[in-house]
Amino acid sequence: MHSSLLVVDWFFLLEKLIMIIAIVSVSLVIAMYETYFERKIAAYLQDRRGPNRAGPFGLLQPLADGLKLFMKEEIIPNTPNKFLFILGPCLAMLTAMMTSAVIPWGGTIDVFGRPVSLQIADINIGILFIFGVVSMGVYGIMIGGWASNNKFSLLAALRGASQVISYELPMGLSLIALLFITGSLKMSAIVGGQLDQLYNITYQPLGFLIFFICALAECNRTPFDLPEAENELNFGYHQEYSSMKLGFYLFAEYINMFISSVVMATLFFGGYDIPFVNDAALGQSIGANWLAVLEAISLIGKVAIFIFTFMWIRWTIPRFRYDQLMNLGWKGLIPLSLINMLITAAVVLWLKK
Amino acid sequence: MSATQILFWFLSALAIVSALSVVISKNPVYSVLSLIITFFAVSGHYILLNAQFIGIVNLIVYAGAIMVLFLFVIMLMNLNQDNEPQKNKWLKMAGVVSGGCLMLVFVAAFKTSEVNGKIAQTIDGNIGLTETLGKALFNEYVVPFEISSILFLSAMVGAVVIGKKGD
Repeated sequence: MHSSLLVVDWFFLLEKLIMIIAIVSVSLVIAMYETYFERKIAAYLQDRRGPNRAGPFGLLQPLADGLKLFMKEEIIPNTPNKFLFILGPCLAMLTAMMTSAVIPWGGTIDVFGRPVSLQIADINIGILFIFGVVSMGVYGIMIGGWASNNKFSLLAALRGASQVISYELPMGLSLIALLFITGSLKMSAIVGGQLDQLYNITYQPLGFLIFFICALAECNRTPFDLPEAENELNFGYHQEYSSMKLGFYLFAEYINMFISSVVMATLFFGGYDIPFVNDAALGQSIGANWLAVLEAISLIGKVAIFIFTFMWIRWTIPRFRYDQLMNLGWKGLIPLSLINMLITAAVVLWLKK
Repeated sequence: MSATQILFWFLSALAIVSALSVVISKNPVYSVLSLIITFFAVSGHYILLNAQFIGIVNLIVYAGAIMVLFLFVIMLMNLNQDNEPQKNKWLKMAGVVSGGCLMLVFVAAFKTSEVNGKIAQTIDGNIGLTETLGKALFNEYVVPFEISSILFLSAMVGAVVIGKKGD
């Protein structure tokens, strides 16, 4: 008993550490290039060229932006809560990154004869974990907005918090309908049930639609970007922030976008399953490691489509008014997701008879 | 000490320190934040007992939703130390006495209860898993479960009625 601390499985620790570092850096790089593609897509939709000065096609633009944010002066406003002021962006970033822990990024690979699963933690309560972390995300906004000691920031923070809480409910209800079908809260089991099968979207089209709308709202993306409505609230809850603290808030939004795309792809679009290909047969012919690489690429491809859709929506649809937002959430989506849940439950019961 | 024991002591210390700071801290926002940390520590204990469902639901419901509403109210009330009402001395004394009595009752209850002397199942118990819990709730305890849901419904209706009064 007393020596069990010493008998740590070092290979296990190392494996998980490498996985965490890899996934965090991939998320950061993808979030960085999301900013570039956001500007490019916005430019093309508005008949402009977009960033094209830094490097070929402006590809170095995110690095230049990052450098600019790092070099800017750090200003902390006259607030009695300096600690909370700094804690806000930290929390936003932390909660944005934590969700990636339970997502399966690919099948099992084989490293020197040892099977390594491309998932940091395959816990029994995978979906609930994601849900829990998402519900923590609101603290980053609220604490930052309140500690700024500015009425505009506070109003924006309250808007953001009430929006996130309101849209968590239909999101949870649409997930319940999905869980009726998968019968498991484990992310690996949910993806496993879709491998070489019909994807969950065919059983849950309405559930997916609700989930997608709620994901837009949870990421504070247009048409739900009321917390940063600049014509009403100057710049929203991060108005007082400067330098990299502002960068963290903006970055957390892009990471959230990436992670929620991954979650949607995993829950509704087969996760790392390669579409139109029999993965098991492909794995026989090219080996498990190459299959895992192809599967990870397939997942990233699905995610890219979602991210493009997010940006497309942002530059096409104007934002809601606040009462419209609340009406849509409470009077539109919640009854719809309840009906979806009841129908799914009835059908599942009927088929099992 | 095994890793589980180290985690246990760490979580216990965290829970007690943050629970104390809920009471002690002057700024109500810090109190709420400490309470959130307490919930995290308690959820950590649940997970050590392999009660994953209860652990995560504790976080989602209490730390994720109810405490957000607390923060909401406190931030809007614009409390600062100048206008915080000073409670009178006798009220404080009464609070200490009643708190002490409550603690006495708890100690007495746990001393003679049947859980005394039993060792908690860490890591391998399956009572708190989602499946076990769901089966217990919807088979054995389905009537109390539904009755408590009606209680929640009535609370919701009450809130709507109170909210509508102004119109």
